[in-house]
Amino acid sequence: MKIQVPGRGCPRGKVLYALAALLGAAAWWLVYRSLEPFGQWLAFRALGLGRGTRAGSAVAFFVFEAPKVLMLLAVVVFGVGIVRSFFTPERTRAILAGRRESVGNVLAALLGVVTPFCSCSAVPLFIGFVTTGVPLGVTFSFLISAPMVNEIALVLLFGLFGWKVAALYAGTGLVIAVVAGWIIGRLKLERWVEPWVYATAGGPPAARADAPLTWGERAELGREAVRDIVGKVWPYVLVGIAVGAAIHGYVPQDFMAAIMGRGAWWSVPLAVLIGVPMYSNAAGIIPIVQALLEKGAALGTVLAFMMSVIGLSLPETIILRKVLTVPLIATFVGIVAAGILVVGYVFNLVL
Amino acid sequence: MASRLIEVLGSGCAKCEMLAKHAEQAAQELGLDYAVIKVKDPAAIARRGVLQTPALVVDGQVKLQGRVLTAERLKDLLR
Repeated sequence: MKIQVPGRGCPRGKVLYALAALLGAAAWWLVYRSLEPFGQWLAFRALGLGRGTRAGSAVAFFVFEAPKVLMLLAVVVFGVGIVRSFFTPERTRAILAGRRESVGNVLAALLGVVTPFCSCSAVPLFIGFVTTGVPLGVTFSFLISAPMVNEIALVLLFGLFGWKVAALYAGTGLVIAVVAGWIIGRLKLERWVEPWVYATAGGPPAARADAPLTWGERAELGREAVRDIVGKVWPYVLVGIAVGAAIHGYVPQDFMAAIMGRGAWWSVPLAVLIGVPMYSNAAGIIPIVQALLEKGAALGTVLAFMMSVIGLSLPETIILRKVLTVPLIATFVGIVAAGILVVGYVFNLVL
Repeated sequence: MASRLIEVLGSGCAKCEMLAKHAEQAAQELGLDYAVIKVKDPAAIARRGVLQTPALVVDGQVKLQGRVLTAERLKDLLR
């Protein structure tokens, strides 16, 4: 492996490495802190837009939020890449195999958050799980929580709205994954899995590199994740922030209160109906969420919209069609959508 | 000349194509006698015990899962 980091057991190298990391973090923090004054300066001084004008506040929003969200994203993805280097799907499967339901559902939902997962691997993962003794419902808990409780969404919510909203989102996402998986398990829907799946003998787990990873290699995985994910989602982020900026600047205050406010009972199912077929990255949807909240939309409604966009997506259901029959896909989408609906209503009532 | 059977496992997503391209390039630069086969059938992928795609299998041994490496880095896995 060609890694620039000095090997382990080399104290001088470790000190240098730590120093570089510290300097990088300090530089990041300085730039991050100066984004807001810079955005204000650019919009109101350099471009000469009036402070109270719609164009002015839309542009100021965009030039502040775009670099801010991208910088947060880079740091978070790097951190998550390192956390995920401690988990592999094989280890997760070994933990889940042969679990009783209930406990298994809870474990699966939790592991879904930290195990590396990409919806393009959903099919081999599904086969690998159900053919080696992971119950169907437990597998679903994993498959629901992996995209739904998205680490990117979690940290962006934390950064933009504080820990309460982030915790609500993570907590309710996990509950939906646990309960929906448990229900699917109770319904005994194995007959709706494509029959060839259970006839496939899952091979023994393929070997991983035996030696435990060094910190240098974990950092490498983190950087790889940043290149990979930020390289892919930045257009979503920019479009999301542009939409957010337009809402911020042009939509009148409290405009959303009428259609997405607490009083409008029909807004939650409508948000879910619109959100399910929509597909966007978590990083792209959150700036929109922020702008909607600001204009008086209710938190439960917005959360339901966000969860149905990132938790249920058309591309993923199409991929899963290879291993699941249409009735099972419909049941899965229906149960998860119902869960999101309940979450939306509960939040609108409680908060 | 060393010969290698290189299989790239994955359902044809962009990452799988990239991994196949890099593997091909690495094998060429190493001057190997090689063949690259793309395995797209989910059952065949599962039988290898692979849970994350794209995966790289060299002479029947799983060498890499869920990652795309540069041609330079892949050379170590193909030697």
